[in-house]
Amino acid sequence: MKWLILRRISQGMVLGLFLLGPLAGVWLISGSLSGSMLLKVLPLTDPVVFLQTLFAGHHPAATALAGSLIVISFYLVVGGRVFCSWVCPVNIIADSAAWLRGKIGIRGVLFFSDSSRYWLLAMVCALAFAFHSAVWEMINPVTIFSRGIIFGLSGAIVVGFTLFFFDLLLGKRGWCQICPTGAFYSLLGYLSPLKVIASDRERCDQCLACYKVCPEPQVLHGPLKEKGASAVIRSGQCTNCGRCIDVCPHSVFEFGNRFTK
Amino acid sequence: MSDKAKSIKETSRRQFLADGAKAACGAALLGVAAGFGASQVGASSQVFVRPPGAGLDSDFLASCLRCGQCVRACPHDALNVAGLFSRTATGTPYFQPRQVACEMCEDLPCVKACPSGALDPELTDVTKARMGLAVLIDQETCLNYLGLRCGVCYRSCPQIDKALTLDAQHNQRSGKHTLFLPKVHSEHCTGCGKCEHSCVLEVPAIKVLPRDLAKGELGHHYRLGWEEKAKKGESLIPEAFDMPDRMPEVILPTLPEVKP
Repeated sequence: MKWLILRRISQGMVLGLFLLGPLAGVWLISGSLSGSMLLKVLPLTDPVVFLQTLFAGHHPAATALAGSLIVISFYLVVGGRVFCSWVCPVNIIADSAAWLRGKIGIRGVLFFSDSSRYWLLAMVCALAFAFHSAVWEMINPVTIFSRGIIFGLSGAIVVGFTLFFFDLLLGKRGWCQICPTGAFYSLLGYLSPLKVIASDRERCDQCLACYKVCPEPQVLHGPLKEKGASAVIRSGQCTNCGRCIDVCPHSVFEFGNRFTK
Repeated sequence: MSDKAKSIKETSRRQFLADGAKAACGAALLGVAAGFGASQVGASSQVFVRPPGAGLDSDFLASCLRCGQCVRACPHDALNVAGLFSRTATGTPYFQPRQVACEMCEDLPCVKACPSGALDPELTDVTKARMGLAVLIDQETCLNYLGLRCGVCYRSCPQIDKALTLDAQHNQRSGKHTLFLPKVHSEHCTGCGKCEHSCVLEVPAIKVLPRDLAKGELGHHYRLGWEEKAKKGESLIPEAFDMPDRMPEVILPTLPEVKP
Protein backbone atom coordinates (compact mmCIF):
# COMPACT_ATOMS: atom_id res chain seq x y z
CA MET A 1 0.00 0.00 0.00
CA LYS A 2 2.97 2.28 0.47
CA TRP A 3 3.34 3.57 -3.08
CA LEU A 4 -0.40 3.85 -3.57
CA ILE A 5 -0.71 6.11 -0.55
CA LEU A 6 2.26 8.21 -1.63
CA ARG A 7 0.69 8.58 -5.07
CA ARG A 8 -2.62 9.73 -3.66
CA ILE A 9 -0.77 12.25 -1.49
CA SER A 10 1.10 13.47 -4.57
CA GLN A 11 -2.08 13.81 -6.65
CA GLY A 12 -3.84 15.57 -3.79
CA MET A 13 -0.93 17.92 -3.24
CA VAL A 14 -0.84 18.97 -6.90
CA LEU A 15 -4.52 19.88 -6.91
CA GLY A 16 -4.25 21.30 -3.39
CA LEU A 17 -1.41 23.56 -4.45
CA PHE A 18 -3.51 24.94 -7.31
CA LEU A 19 -6.58 25.33 -5.09
CA LEU A 20 -4.64 27.09 -2.34
CA GLY A 21 -4.82 30.31 -4.37
CA PRO A 22 -8.54 30.54 -5.10
CA LEU A 23 -9.65 28.99 -1.79
CA ALA A 24 -7.16 30.38 0.72
CA GLY A 25 -5.61 33.28 -1.15
CA VAL A 26 -2.13 31.74 -1.00
CA TRP A 27 -0.80 31.96 -4.55
CA LEU A 28 2.12 29.55 -4.59
CA ILE A 29 1.12 28.58 -8.11
CA SER A 30 -1.13 30.28 -10.63
CA GLY A 31 -2.82 28.80 -13.68
CA SER A 32 -3.70 25.18 -14.27
CA LEU A 33 -2.06 21.94 -15.36
CA SER A 34 -2.08 23.27 -18.94
CA GLY A 35 0.28 26.04 -17.96
CA SER A 36 1.30 27.60 -14.67
CA MET A 37 3.79 29.77 -12.84
CA LEU A 38 5.27 28.30 -9.68
CA LEU A 39 6.35 30.77 -6.99
CA LYS A 40 6.20 33.55 -9.60
CA VAL A 41 9.46 32.37 -11.21
CA LEU A 42 9.20 28.83 -12.55
CA PRO A 43 7.04 28.42 -15.65
CA LEU A 44 5.46 25.01 -16.31
CA THR A 45 3.68 24.12 -19.55
CA ASP A 46 1.80 21.00 -20.59
CA PRO A 47 4.01 19.77 -23.46
CA VAL A 48 1.07 18.32 -25.40
CA VAL A 49 -0.82 21.62 -25.34
CA PHE A 50 2.41 23.38 -26.27
CA LEU A 51 2.94 20.91 -29.12
CA GLN A 52 -0.51 21.75 -30.43
CA THR A 53 0.25 25.46 -30.52
CA LEU A 54 3.42 24.67 -32.49
CA PHE A 55 1.50 22.55 -34.99
CA ALA A 56 -1.15 25.25 -35.20
CA GLY A 57 1.60 27.50 -36.53
CA HIS A 58 2.07 29.72 -33.50
CA HIS A 59 5.55 31.10 -32.96
CA PRO A 60 6.21 30.10 -29.32
CA ALA A 61 6.99 32.63 -26.62
CA ALA A 62 10.03 32.03 -24.43
CA THR A 63 8.04 31.43 -21.24
CA ALA A 64 5.89 28.64 -22.68
CA LEU A 65 8.90 27.08 -24.38
CA ALA A 66 10.92 27.15 -21.14
CA GLY A 67 7.94 25.79 -19.19
CA SER A 68 7.58 22.95 -21.61
CA LEU A 69 11.30 22.09 -21.52
CA ILE A 70 11.26 22.13 -17.71
CA VAL A 71 8.31 19.73 -17.61
CA ILE A 72 9.87 17.47 -20.25
CA SER A 73 13.22 17.39 -18.42
CA PHE A 74 11.52 16.58 -15.13
CA TYR A 75 9.63 13.61 -16.56
CA LEU A 76 12.66 12.47 -18.53
CA VAL A 77 14.38 11.98 -15.19
CA VAL A 78 11.60 10.52 -13.03
CA GLY A 79 9.91 8.48 -15.78
CA GLY A 80 7.58 9.77 -18.49
CA ARG A 81 4.25 8.45 -17.38
CA VAL A 82 4.95 9.37 -13.76
CA PHE A 83 2.71 12.24 -14.80
CA CYS A 84 -0.12 9.76 -15.39
CA SER A 85 0.10 7.96 -12.07
CA TRP A 86 1.43 10.63 -9.72
CA VAL A 87 0.01 13.92 -11.02
CA CYS A 88 -2.91 13.52 -13.46
CA PRO A 89 -6.24 13.89 -11.59
CA VAL A 90 -7.92 11.58 -14.12
CA ASN A 91 -5.86 8.75 -12.59
CA ILE A 92 -8.05 8.82 -9.49
CA ILE A 93 -11.11 8.27 -11.69
CA ALA A 94 -9.39 5.56 -13.74
CA ASP A 95 -8.20 3.74 -10.63
CA SER A 96 -11.58 3.83 -8.90
CA ALA A 97 -13.43 2.73 -12.06
CA ALA A 98 -10.95 -0.13 -12.54
CA TRP A 99 -11.37 -1.12 -8.91
CA LEU A 100 -15.18 -1.15 -9.13
CA ARG A 101 -14.96 -3.03 -12.44
CA GLY A 102 -13.05 -5.80 -10.69
CA LYS A 103 -15.44 -5.80 -7.74
CA ILE A 104 -18.60 -6.28 -9.76
CA GLY A 105 -16.96 -8.36 -12.44
CA ILE A 106 -17.50 -6.31 -15.56
CA ARG A 107 -15.52 -7.54 -18.54
CA GLY A 108 -14.15 -5.17 -21.13
CA VAL A 109 -15.99 -4.31 -24.32
CA LEU A 110 -13.50 -2.07 -26.04
CA PHE A 111 -9.92 -3.17 -26.31
CA PHE A 112 -7.38 -0.77 -27.64
CA SER A 113 -4.03 -1.80 -29.03
CA ASP A 114 -0.86 -0.44 -27.42
CA SER A 115 -0.30 1.80 -30.39
CA SER A 116 -3.70 3.52 -30.44
CA ARG A 117 -2.57 6.25 -28.05
CA TYR A 118 0.28 7.18 -30.40
CA TRP A 119 -2.10 7.35 -33.34
CA LEU A 120 -4.35 9.62 -31.34
CA LEU A 121 -1.37 11.84 -30.48
CA ALA A 122 -0.57 12.05 -34.18
CA MET A 123 -4.19 12.93 -34.90
CA VAL A 124 -4.10 15.68 -32.25
CA CYS A 125 -1.09 17.25 -33.97
CA ALA A 126 -2.67 16.84 -37.41
CA LEU A 127 -5.90 18.49 -36.23
CA ALA A 128 -3.98 21.46 -34.83
CA PHE A 129 -2.12 21.82 -38.11
CA ALA A 130 -5.20 21.43 -40.30
CA PHE A 131 -7.44 23.83 -38.39
CA HIS A 132 -4.79 26.34 -37.22
CA SER A 133 -6.13 25.89 -33.70
CA ALA A 134 -5.54 23.72 -30.64
CA VAL A 135 -8.61 21.68 -31.60
CA TRP A 136 -7.98 18.82 -29.19
CA GLU A 137 -8.27 21.20 -26.25
CA MET A 138 -11.96 21.58 -27.06
CA ILE A 139 -12.53 18.02 -25.84
CA ASN A 140 -9.33 16.97 -24.07
CA PRO A 141 -10.79 15.49 -20.86
CA VAL A 142 -7.45 15.64 -19.02
CA THR A 143 -7.13 19.41 -19.24
CA ILE A 144 -10.87 20.07 -19.03
CA PHE A 145 -11.12 18.00 -15.85
CA SER A 146 -8.12 19.52 -14.07
CA ARG A 147 -8.95 23.06 -15.18
CA GLY A 148 -12.55 22.51 -14.15
CA ILE A 149 -11.52 21.52 -10.63
CA ILE A 150 -9.10 24.42 -10.27
CA PHE A 151 -11.47 27.05 -11.67
CA GLY A 152 -14.67 25.55 -10.25
CA LEU A 153 -16.32 24.85 -13.61
CA SER A 154 -19.19 22.41 -13.98
CA GLY A 155 -17.47 20.78 -16.97
CA ALA A 156 -15.25 18.90 -14.49
CA ILE A 157 -18.29 17.02 -13.18
CA VAL A 158 -19.54 16.16 -16.68
CA VAL A 159 -16.12 14.99 -17.84
CA GLY A 160 -15.43 13.21 -14.55
CA PHE A 161 -18.62 11.14 -14.71
CA THR A 162 -18.21 10.48 -18.43
CA LEU A 163 -14.68 9.16 -17.92
CA PHE A 164 -15.74 7.10 -14.91
CA PHE A 165 -18.54 5.33 -16.76
CA PHE A 166 -16.46 4.99 -19.92
CA ASP A 167 -13.78 3.22 -17.88
CA LEU A 168 -16.26 1.25 -15.81
CA LEU A 169 -18.43 -0.08 -18.61
CA LEU A 170 -16.77 0.28 -21.97
CA GLY A 171 -13.12 -0.58 -21.48
CA LYS A 172 -10.76 -1.31 -18.63
CA ARG A 173 -8.84 1.92 -18.06
CA GLY A 174 -10.35 2.80 -21.41
CA TRP A 175 -9.40 6.45 -21.45
CA CYS A 176 -5.82 5.91 -20.29
CA GLN A 177 -5.38 3.35 -23.11
CA ILE A 178 -5.86 6.02 -25.76
CA CYS A 179 -4.94 9.29 -24.01
CA PRO A 180 -2.57 11.29 -26.24
CA THR A 181 -1.10 13.07 -23.21
CA GLY A 182 -0.10 9.68 -21.82
CA ALA A 183 1.26 8.80 -25.27
CA PHE A 184 3.58 11.79 -25.21
CA TYR A 185 4.83 10.99 -21.72
CA SER A 186 5.31 7.32 -22.58
CA LEU A 187 7.66 8.42 -25.38
CA LEU A 188 9.72 10.16 -22.69
CA GLY A 189 9.47 7.00 -20.59
CA TYR A 190 11.46 5.07 -23.19
CA LEU A 191 14.45 7.24 -22.26
CA SER A 192 14.04 7.83 -18.55
CA PRO A 193 16.34 6.08 -16.08
CA LEU A 194 13.95 5.43 -13.17
CA LYS A 195 12.30 2.06 -13.73
CA VAL A 196 10.57 -0.77 -11.91
CA ILE A 197 12.68 -3.93 -11.91
CA ALA A 198 11.49 -7.50 -11.38
CA SER A 199 14.74 -8.08 -9.58
CA ASP A 200 13.66 -11.17 -7.67
CA ARG A 201 11.65 -12.73 -10.45
CA GLU A 202 12.72 -16.26 -9.58
CA ARG A 203 10.53 -15.92 -6.50
CA CYS A 204 7.43 -15.32 -8.69
CA ASP A 205 4.81 -18.04 -8.20
CA GLN A 206 2.45 -16.85 -10.97
CA CYS A 207 -0.22 -15.58 -8.59
CA LEU A 208 -1.04 -12.83 -11.14
CA ALA A 209 -1.60 -10.23 -8.41
CA CYS A 210 0.59 -7.76 -10.34
CA TYR A 211 -1.20 -8.41 -13.65
CA LYS A 212 -4.52 -7.65 -11.99
CA VAL A 213 -3.52 -4.25 -10.63
CA CYS A 214 -1.16 -3.14 -13.39
CA PRO A 215 -2.70 -0.43 -15.61
CA GLU A 216 -0.49 -1.62 -18.49
CA PRO A 217 -0.07 -5.37 -17.85
CA GLN A 218 1.55 -5.97 -21.24
CA VAL A 219 4.74 -4.36 -19.93
CA LEU A 220 5.15 -7.02 -17.21
CA HIS A 221 5.41 -10.13 -19.31
CA GLY A 222 8.90 -9.82 -20.78
CA PRO A 223 10.82 -8.72 -17.69
CA LEU A 224 8.94 -11.12 -15.45
CA LYS A 225 8.66 -14.26 -17.54
CA GLU A 226 10.97 -14.33 -20.54
CA LYS A 227 14.16 -16.32 -19.99
CA GLY A 228 17.25 -14.29 -20.77
CA ALA A 229 15.33 -11.00 -21.02
CA SER A 230 16.26 -8.11 -18.79
CA ALA A 231 14.32 -7.86 -15.55
CA VAL A 232 14.01 -4.09 -16.03
CA ILE A 233 10.55 -2.91 -17.12
CA ARG A 234 11.90 -0.62 -19.80
CA SER A 235 8.66 0.02 -21.65
CA GLY A 236 7.67 3.68 -21.69
CA GLN A 237 4.09 2.60 -21.17
CA CYS A 238 4.86 1.66 -17.55
CA THR A 239 3.59 4.52 -15.38
CA ASN A 240 5.97 3.90 -12.45
CA CYS A 241 2.90 3.74 -10.22
CA GLY A 242 4.50 1.07 -8.05
CA ARG A 243 1.30 -0.93 -7.60
CA CYS A 244 3.09 -4.16 -8.52
CA ILE A 245 5.60 -3.48 -5.76
CA ASP A 246 2.72 -2.93 -3.34
CA VAL A 247 0.73 -6.06 -4.16
CA CYS A 248 3.38 -8.69 -4.88
CA PRO A 249 3.31 -11.12 -1.94
CA HIS A 250 6.89 -12.22 -2.69
CA SER A 251 8.48 -8.80 -3.10
CA VAL A 252 9.60 -9.50 -6.66
CA PHE A 253 9.59 -5.85 -7.75
CA GLU A 254 11.51 -2.78 -6.69
CA PHE A 255 12.36 0.64 -8.07
CA GLY A 256 15.77 0.89 -9.68
CA ASN A 257 17.46 2.33 -12.74
CA ARG A 258 17.26 1.11 -16.29
CA PHE A 259 20.96 0.36 -16.53
CA THR A 260 20.90 -2.51 -14.06
CA LYS A 261 21.76 -5.82 -15.75
CA MET B 1 -31.22 -25.63 -7.60
CA SER B 2 -27.73 -27.02 -8.01
CA ASP B 3 -24.73 -24.86 -7.41
CA LYS B 4 -23.91 -24.87 -11.10
CA ALA B 5 -27.37 -23.78 -12.18
CA LYS B 6 -27.28 -21.09 -9.51
CA SER B 7 -23.96 -19.85 -10.78
CA ILE B 8 -25.24 -19.83 -14.38
CA LYS B 9 -28.30 -17.87 -13.32
CA GLU B 10 -26.08 -15.52 -11.34
CA THR B 11 -23.80 -15.05 -14.36
CA SER B 12 -26.63 -14.38 -16.76
CA ARG B 13 -28.15 -11.85 -14.41
CA ARG B 14 -24.79 -10.16 -14.15
CA GLN B 15 -24.39 -10.32 -17.89
CA PHE B 16 -27.82 -8.78 -18.35
CA LEU B 17 -27.07 -5.97 -15.92
CA ALA B 18 -23.67 -5.36 -17.46
CA ASP B 19 -25.05 -5.31 -21.00
CA GLY B 20 -27.77 -2.89 -20.00
CA ALA B 21 -25.26 -0.66 -18.27
CA LYS B 22 -22.98 -0.72 -21.31
CA ALA B 23 -25.81 0.32 -23.58
CA ALA B 24 -26.73 3.08 -21.15
CA CYS B 25 -23.14 4.23 -21.10
CA GLY B 26 -22.96 4.29 -24.88
CA ALA B 27 -26.16 6.30 -24.96
CA ALA B 28 -24.80 8.67 -22.33
CA LEU B 29 -21.66 9.23 -24.39
CA LEU B 30 -23.79 10.02 -27.41
CA GLY B 31 -25.80 12.35 -25.19
CA VAL B 32 -22.68 14.25 -24.19
CA ALA B 33 -21.68 14.51 -27.85
CA ALA B 34 -25.16 15.75 -28.72
CA GLY B 35 -24.87 18.22 -25.86
CA PHE B 36 -21.79 19.64 -27.55
CA GLY B 37 -23.77 20.06 -30.73
CA ALA B 38 -26.69 21.62 -28.90
CA SER B 39 -24.44 24.07 -27.12
CA GLN B 40 -23.18 25.18 -30.53
CA VAL B 41 -26.65 25.53 -32.01
CA GLY B 42 -29.03 26.55 -29.27
CA ALA B 43 -26.92 28.69 -26.96
CA SER B 44 -27.59 32.36 -26.38
CA SER B 45 -26.37 34.88 -28.90
CA GLN B 46 -23.84 36.20 -26.38
CA VAL B 47 -20.71 37.44 -28.04
CA PHE B 48 -17.45 37.00 -26.15
CA VAL B 49 -14.74 39.60 -25.91
CA ARG B 50 -11.11 38.59 -25.40
CA PRO B 51 -8.53 40.18 -23.06
CA PRO B 52 -6.10 42.84 -24.38
CA GLY B 53 -3.58 41.67 -26.96
CA ALA B 54 -5.56 38.63 -28.02
CA GLY B 55 -6.02 39.72 -31.61
CA LEU B 56 -8.41 37.84 -33.83
CA ASP B 57 -9.80 34.49 -32.68
CA SER B 58 -8.43 32.74 -35.74
CA ASP B 59 -4.92 33.32 -34.38
CA PHE B 60 -5.76 33.34 -30.69
CA LEU B 61 -7.11 29.78 -30.75
CA ALA B 62 -3.83 28.60 -32.25
CA SER B 63 -1.70 30.12 -29.52
CA CYS B 64 -3.71 30.13 -26.28
CA LEU B 65 -2.72 27.34 -23.88
CA ARG B 66 -6.06 27.55 -22.04
CA CYS B 67 -4.13 27.75 -18.75
CA GLY B 68 -6.12 30.57 -17.15
CA GLN B 69 -3.17 32.59 -15.84
CA CYS B 70 -4.51 35.80 -17.38
CA VAL B 71 -7.83 35.17 -15.63
CA ARG B 72 -6.03 34.83 -12.29
CA ALA B 73 -3.94 37.93 -13.00
CA CYS B 74 -6.95 40.21 -13.65
CA PRO B 75 -7.23 42.40 -10.52
CA HIS B 76 -10.84 43.29 -11.30
CA ASP B 77 -12.11 39.74 -11.87
CA ALA B 78 -13.34 40.80 -15.29
CA LEU B 79 -11.91 37.73 -17.05
CA ASN B 80 -13.50 34.29 -16.99
CA VAL B 81 -12.43 30.86 -18.20
CA ALA B 82 -14.84 29.50 -20.83
CA GLY B 83 -16.59 26.37 -19.60
CA LEU B 84 -17.17 23.07 -21.39
CA PHE B 85 -20.50 24.00 -22.94
CA SER B 86 -19.57 27.59 -23.57
CA ARG B 87 -20.06 29.01 -27.05
CA THR B 88 -16.41 29.87 -27.27
CA ALA B 89 -13.52 27.38 -27.11
CA THR B 90 -13.42 25.79 -23.67
CA GLY B 91 -10.62 27.00 -21.40
CA THR B 92 -10.07 30.26 -23.25
CA PRO B 93 -10.37 33.62 -21.45
CA TYR B 94 -13.19 36.06 -22.17
CA PHE B 95 -15.12 38.81 -20.50
CA GLN B 96 -18.67 40.07 -20.71
CA PRO B 97 -18.59 43.87 -20.52
CA ARG B 98 -22.18 44.09 -19.35
CA GLN B 99 -21.12 42.22 -16.19
CA VAL B 100 -17.59 43.55 -15.65
CA ALA B 101 -15.84 45.77 -18.17
CA CYS B 102 -12.08 45.90 -18.67
CA GLU B 103 -10.55 48.57 -16.43
CA MET B 104 -7.64 48.99 -18.84
CA CYS B 105 -4.86 48.59 -16.24
CA GLU B 106 -1.82 50.51 -17.44
CA ASP B 107 0.58 47.71 -16.45
CA LEU B 108 -1.45 45.05 -18.33
CA PRO B 109 -1.20 42.24 -15.75
CA CYS B 110 -3.12 39.79 -17.96
CA VAL B 111 -0.72 40.22 -20.87
CA LYS B 112 2.27 39.88 -18.55
CA ALA B 113 0.85 36.66 -17.10
CA CYS B 114 0.39 35.02 -20.51
CA PRO B 115 3.16 32.44 -21.01
CA SER B 116 2.50 31.64 -24.66
CA GLY B 117 2.40 35.03 -26.32
CA ALA B 118 -1.28 34.51 -27.17
CA LEU B 119 -1.79 37.88 -25.50
CA ASP B 120 0.74 39.84 -27.52
CA PRO B 121 3.67 40.80 -25.23
CA GLU B 122 4.49 43.67 -27.58
CA LEU B 123 1.35 45.40 -26.39
CA THR B 124 2.61 47.77 -23.71
CA ASP B 125 0.20 50.68 -24.13
CA VAL B 126 -3.27 49.63 -23.10
CA THR B 127 -4.87 52.31 -25.28
CA LYS B 128 -3.48 50.35 -28.24
CA ALA B 129 -5.42 47.25 -27.14
CA ARG B 130 -8.11 46.12 -29.55
CA MET B 131 -10.27 43.72 -27.52
CA GLY B 132 -13.27 44.39 -29.68
CA LEU B 133 -15.15 47.33 -31.08
CA ALA B 134 -18.07 49.16 -29.51
CA VAL B 135 -21.02 49.43 -31.85
CA LEU B 136 -24.13 51.51 -31.24
CA ILE B 137 -26.16 48.61 -32.39
CA ASP B 138 -29.72 49.74 -31.60
CA GLN B 139 -30.56 53.26 -32.71
CA GLU B 140 -34.23 52.70 -31.93
CA THR B 141 -33.72 52.49 -28.17
CA CYS B 142 -30.62 54.65 -27.64
CA LEU B 143 -31.86 57.57 -25.57
CA ASN B 144 -29.67 60.07 -27.38
CA TYR B 145 -31.15 58.96 -30.69
CA LEU B 146 -34.57 59.51 -29.16
CA GLY B 147 -33.55 63.09 -28.48
CA LEU B 148 -32.67 62.83 -24.79
CA ARG B 149 -29.40 64.01 -23.32
CA CYS B 150 -28.26 60.71 -21.80
CA GLY B 151 -24.69 60.33 -23.09
CA VAL B 152 -23.68 58.01 -20.23
CA CYS B 153 -21.68 55.81 -22.61
CA TYR B 154 -19.84 58.87 -23.87
CA ARG B 155 -18.95 60.05 -20.38
CA SER B 156 -17.86 56.61 -19.20
CA CYS B 157 -15.51 56.09 -22.14
CA PRO B 158 -11.86 56.09 -20.97
CA GLN B 159 -10.99 57.50 -24.39
CA ILE B 160 -13.70 60.17 -24.29
CA ASP B 161 -13.80 62.45 -27.37
CA LYS B 162 -11.42 60.11 -29.16
CA ALA B 163 -13.05 56.68 -29.22
CA LEU B 164 -16.53 57.99 -28.56
CA THR B 165 -17.87 61.39 -29.61
CA LEU B 166 -21.28 63.02 -29.58
CA ASP B 167 -22.13 64.30 -33.02
CA ALA B 168 -24.70 67.08 -33.18
CA GLN B 169 -27.49 66.63 -35.66
CA HIS B 170 -30.79 68.35 -36.29
CA ASN B 171 -33.74 66.68 -34.60
CA GLN B 172 -36.13 66.30 -37.48
CA ARG B 173 -38.91 65.00 -35.27
CA SER B 174 -39.23 68.06 -33.08
CA GLY B 175 -37.88 70.37 -35.74
CA LYS B 176 -36.19 72.61 -33.21
CA HIS B 177 -33.82 70.49 -31.10
CA THR B 178 -30.43 68.86 -31.50
CA LEU B 179 -29.63 65.16 -31.33
CA PHE B 180 -26.29 64.30 -29.76
CA LEU B 181 -25.50 61.02 -31.45
CA PRO B 182 -22.82 58.76 -29.94
CA LYS B 183 -20.31 57.78 -32.61
CA VAL B 184 -17.55 55.20 -32.11
CA HIS B 185 -14.19 55.77 -33.78
CA SER B 186 -12.52 52.45 -34.44
CA GLU B 187 -8.99 53.88 -34.56
CA HIS B 188 -9.24 54.73 -30.84
CA CYS B 189 -11.78 52.26 -29.39
CA THR B 190 -10.07 49.56 -27.30
CA GLY B 191 -13.23 47.52 -26.79
CA CYS B 192 -12.98 47.81 -23.00
CA GLY B 193 -16.78 47.79 -22.79
CA LYS B 194 -17.25 50.64 -20.30
CA CYS B 195 -19.94 52.00 -22.61
CA GLU B 196 -21.82 48.70 -22.79
CA HIS B 197 -21.45 48.28 -19.04
CA SER B 198 -22.79 51.73 -18.24
CA CYS B 199 -25.64 51.94 -20.79
CA VAL B 200 -28.73 52.82 -18.78
CA LEU B 201 -31.14 50.71 -20.83
CA GLU B 202 -32.44 47.31 -19.72
CA VAL B 203 -30.52 45.82 -22.63
CA PRO B 204 -27.65 48.00 -23.79
CA ALA B 205 -27.99 49.80 -27.10
CA ILE B 206 -24.20 49.94 -27.43
CA LYS B 207 -22.30 46.65 -27.40
CA VAL B 208 -18.74 45.48 -27.85
CA LEU B 209 -18.39 43.07 -30.76
CA PRO B 210 -15.36 41.20 -32.05
CA ARG B 211 -13.65 43.56 -34.46
CA ASP B 212 -13.88 41.27 -37.44
CA LEU B 213 -17.62 41.13 -36.90
CA ALA B 214 -18.07 44.85 -36.30
CA LYS B 215 -15.88 46.46 -38.92
CA GLY B 216 -16.63 47.15 -42.56
CA GLU B 217 -13.94 47.61 -45.15
CA LEU B 218 -13.80 50.15 -47.96
CA GLY B 219 -12.99 49.10 -51.50
CA HIS B 220 -9.19 49.29 -51.71
CA HIS B 221 -9.28 51.65 -54.66
CA TYR B 222 -11.55 54.11 -52.86
CA ARG B 223 -10.09 57.55 -52.15
CA LEU B 224 -11.80 60.12 -49.98
CA GLY B 225 -11.61 63.33 -51.94
CA TRP B 226 -11.37 65.64 -48.96
CA GLU B 227 -8.51 63.63 -47.45
CA GLU B 228 -6.58 63.54 -50.72
CA LYS B 229 -7.10 67.26 -51.04
CA ALA B 230 -5.84 67.87 -47.51
CA LYS B 231 -2.79 65.69 -48.21
CA LYS B 232 -1.90 67.57 -51.39
CA GLY B 233 -2.89 70.93 -50.04
CA GLU B 234 -5.07 71.62 -53.06
CA SER B 235 -7.59 69.92 -55.26
CA LEU B 236 -6.24 67.00 -57.29
CA ILE B 237 -8.08 68.02 -60.40
CA PRO B 238 -7.30 71.37 -62.06
CA GLU B 239 -9.80 74.09 -61.53
CA ALA B 240 -12.62 73.41 -63.92
CA PHE B 241 -14.84 75.79 -65.71
CA ASP B 242 -16.98 77.47 -63.13
CA MET B 243 -20.45 77.31 -64.55
CA PRO B 244 -22.93 79.84 -63.23
CA ASP B 245 -25.09 78.42 -60.51
CA ARG B 246 -28.64 78.09 -61.61
CA MET B 247 -31.12 77.40 -58.91
CA PRO B 248 -34.34 75.59 -59.69
CA GLU B 249 -37.22 77.92 -59.87
CA VAL B 250 -39.54 77.64 -56.98
CA ILE B 251 -43.15 77.64 -57.94
CA LEU B 252 -45.21 78.41 -54.94
CA PRO B 253 -48.56 76.73 -54.93
CA THR B 254 -51.40 79.10 -54.99
CA LEU B 255 -53.59 78.51 -52.08
CA PRO B 256 -57.25 78.31 -52.75
CA GLU B 257 -59.11 81.05 -51.13
CA VAL B 258 -61.05 79.91 -48.18
CA LYS B 259 -64.20 81.70 -47.43
CA PRO B 260 -65.21 81.95 -43.84
